[in-house]
Amino acid sequence: MRIRRKRRIVRSIRKSNELSVVQNHTSRIRPGDILVVSTMRNEKIRMPFFLRYYRDLGVNHFLFVDNDSTDGTLDYLAGQPDVSVWHTRASYKRATFGVDWMNWLQRKYCHNHWTLVVDPDEFFVYPFCDTRPIRALTDWLDNSAIRSFSAMLLDVYPKGPIDAVPYQEGQDPIEIASWFDSGNYTIKRNPTYGNLWIQGGPRSRIFFSDEPKKAPALNKVPLVKWDRKYTYVSSTHTLLPRGLNQVYDDWGGEKASGILLHTKFLDTFTAKAEEELSRGQHYAGSAEYKAYANQLKGQPELWCKWSEKYINWRQLEILGLMSKGNWA
Amino acid sequence: MTVGIVMLVHTALDRAEQVARHWTSAGCPVVVHVDRNVPRATYRAFHNALSNDPLVKFSKRHRCEWGMWGIVAASQSASELMLDSFPEVRHVYLASGSCLPLRPVQELIDYLAARPRTDFIESATTADVPWTVGGLDEERFTLRFPFSWKKRRFLFDRYVALQRRLGVKRKIPAGLVPHMGSQWWCLTRQTLSAILQDPEREMFDRYFRRVWIPDESYYQTLVRLYSSNIESRSLTLSKFDFQGKPHIFYDDHLQLLRRSDCFVARKIWPRANRLYQAFLTDQAGAMKKTEPNPGKIDRIFAKAVERRVKGRPGLYMQSRYPKHGAENGITSNPYSIFEGFAELFDNFEPWLAKATGARVHGHLYAPDRVEFADGQTMINGALSDGAKQRDYNPNGFLTSLIWNTRGERQCFQYGPADNQEINWLIARDPNAQISVISGAWAVPLFKSNQNFADLRREAARLQKIESEHLGVLRSQYTKARVRIWTMAEFVEAPMEPLQTIIDEIGHINHHRLTEAPTLVDLDGFGQFLQNLKNQGMHPYLMGDFPVEQELVNMPKPARKPYLVR
Repeated sequence: MRIRRKRRIVRSIRKSNELSVVQNHTSRIRPGDILVVSTMRNEKIRMPFFLRYYRDLGVNHFLFVDNDSTDGTLDYLAGQPDVSVWHTRASYKRATFGVDWMNWLQRKYCHNHWTLVVDPDEFFVYPFCDTRPIRALTDWLDNSAIRSFSAMLLDVYPKGPIDAVPYQEGQDPIEIASWFDSGNYTIKRNPTYGNLWIQGGPRSRIFFSDEPKKAPALNKVPLVKWDRKYTYVSSTHTLLPRGLNQVYDDWGGEKASGILLHTKFLDTFTAKAEEELSRGQHYAGSAEYKAYANQLKGQPELWCKWSEKYINWRQLEILGLMSKGNWA
Repeated sequence: MTVGIVMLVHTALDRAEQVARHWTSAGCPVVVHVDRNVPRATYRAFHNALSNDPLVKFSKRHRCEWGMWGIVAASQSASELMLDSFPEVRHVYLASGSCLPLRPVQELIDYLAARPRTDFIESATTADVPWTVGGLDEERFTLRFPFSWKKRRFLFDRYVALQRRLGVKRKIPAGLVPHMGSQWWCLTRQTLSAILQDPEREMFDRYFRRVWIPDESYYQTLVRLYSSNIESRSLTLSKFDFQGKPHIFYDDHLQLLRRSDCFVARKIWPRANRLYQAFLTDQAGAMKKTEPNPGKIDRIFAKAVERRVKGRPGLYMQSRYPKHGAENGITSNPYSIFEGFAELFDNFEPWLAKATGARVHGHLYAPDRVEFADGQTMINGALSDGAKQRDYNPNGFLTSLIWNTRGERQCFQYGPADNQEINWLIARDPNAQISVISGAWAVPLFKSNQNFADLRREAARLQKIESEHLGVLRSQYTKARVRIWTMAEFVEAPMEPLQTIIDEIGHINHHRLTEAPTLVDLDGFGQFLQNLKNQGMHPYLMGDFPVEQELVNMPKPARKPYLVR
């Protein structure tokens, strides 16, 4: 495992050659700042709300890798004071789906910082997020000697066809995609890395109903007090060293955990699915996108009678999707 | 006469300064002890900021570490300074930098003035307190602890183990009875000076220097020697979680803290602006005068600890995934499994739903699809009826189903033709009520119109599966409420068992069952079994079914369904 971790680190350093700096404001990062790291491609429309959401939570600085966007994402980001951004034309797939780039950025700039790694369509929800800033959480985690914090991916989707309501720049995507599946998740333990492997939700229900094994993984550990010795292995699902994956209690208790609201399913999705399919840059030969493209032609409605409408974190807590743990 | 505040500070100095000024503005002198670990520059700035206040003094700095002697040394130096410099002080209140006064200081002064001889300090013998970290209670006083528990855990553990092995037992100084309690106390000048000026203090100090977490036992023990009037409770509201760390208060606790009626609360998050604003202004005087009573807050923090330690039974999620045997509730709610009933009775499911008010599913584990109640294709939590989805994780499917339908009793049919993966899960689950009519799977075969060779093969297969299933249900690990009848037994007197099961589900009617389900026509079933036997396949799970009764030369009873009354 140590060798695997070292190899990851070496790889990320090698892959760092592919990144060229566009705007580097990292000198503005103060000790104790909370950072967001993200990779994206053609997500300009999502950026204004994304930045606002995380600034409101109390994130101090953003580190972005732009994978050759053509919609002006780069220009938009380069104008922001609390953003550092790198650009690359290299293959997303061959950078282990962006993980190598991010590992390098994190190793270089996030050492000793609480670091949140999220995609532009993921919104972090944690216990008491409506009354306490994210620093209250990280201070509490520090206090409790906890290094990593779990947040399962929860797919949210609109009622009706997913392209019925167009998303406007700056809009809260939860206004459109406000429904989710509350209780059809399956969990397995991954003995190699000690993390849980969670599948389910609407993607498994509709796109992978005959091959649930191939459904995308939903377990994520996005918030980590980063150390330059740490590394993500596959997306933010798995970390090394393995102790960081122990975000669950196996003696019956509940550790504190959050949710990443995954607002993938907006009207922008259909076009995105087609583009990604032609680029073939995603996991498992883009099997996921192939499945989407097939299904989306027929029945582009994810909503069903038993969908739940998102209200707040307390609702997710009661449903058992996340937990306060002993944070009160 | 007034109360003096001894304040131990190590972080968030700006907040400490704010609180210190709050105390002094009400005329209470403050002696501040700043941890030696705080950088010199930070300390100097803090010192300068408060130096213009004549009521604030700084004591000699010690290095403080959790569980070690430094904290006691700090409070000793600060208390001595307090008693020497401010002769008008009658009570000394030990507080930390993250403590926040919840009620007007004047109220505290009045409260203490009315009890001039009372020492407020939580002090209980070791046998009587449950809150010990690391499983050490008695041994705190009889072993030596030179190593930090937080920083050098390995050495700490090794050294404890070694001392245990060697049978080391320190002698507790004569006259001392070890007591423990919250480290935040409020003592009278008389008691405190008696402790600090004791001729034997050096000996006591030497002893407590190697006791573990002396700040929770030094004053608590010594106070028993001198105090004439101990009120064994802390005036500081402080809640601890399961690891012995104090819970932290945030802005959203404002209403909770207002209702607490305690004088001082800790620990406050340094950035909880609203709390500091609300409680450090004078208008806090609006609060009513009552005896301190932290009980109202207890519940919320006790619940948080329970959530962390025990969790919600039957929940499997990203941060709760109990290992085998540590589930604390395999499922969240009671449910019932019926095996063989739907085969033996016509329309058993609607009948059961009517009799119990529960949700009655068909065979949830049928090979082709999940037979949800009323032919639905999906159920609570968007759990769908696809057999592949279910069979990907059959155990998870059941626990999810029971979790999703909390508050509504679930019943389902089960049998040897179904997916058998959940065998051990349901057998180990005390929430499961399993009723089996063994051998009833033969009835559909008997009724079907297949070739006898196929029937025979199928019967052999089902019998083997069911016999394994029954083996699991009869194992010593089984915690479920299991009832097993052979088909022959059941058919003889079906009413009584049914009544028992329904009563146990205990939903709507507690009176006798009035309407019974209709038994299927079993005419010729005995012969069918006999035929199987004749073919060399011995169906034994049905029990001794009366074959003879059906023999041709017997007078045949009038043809009617077995109607049970």
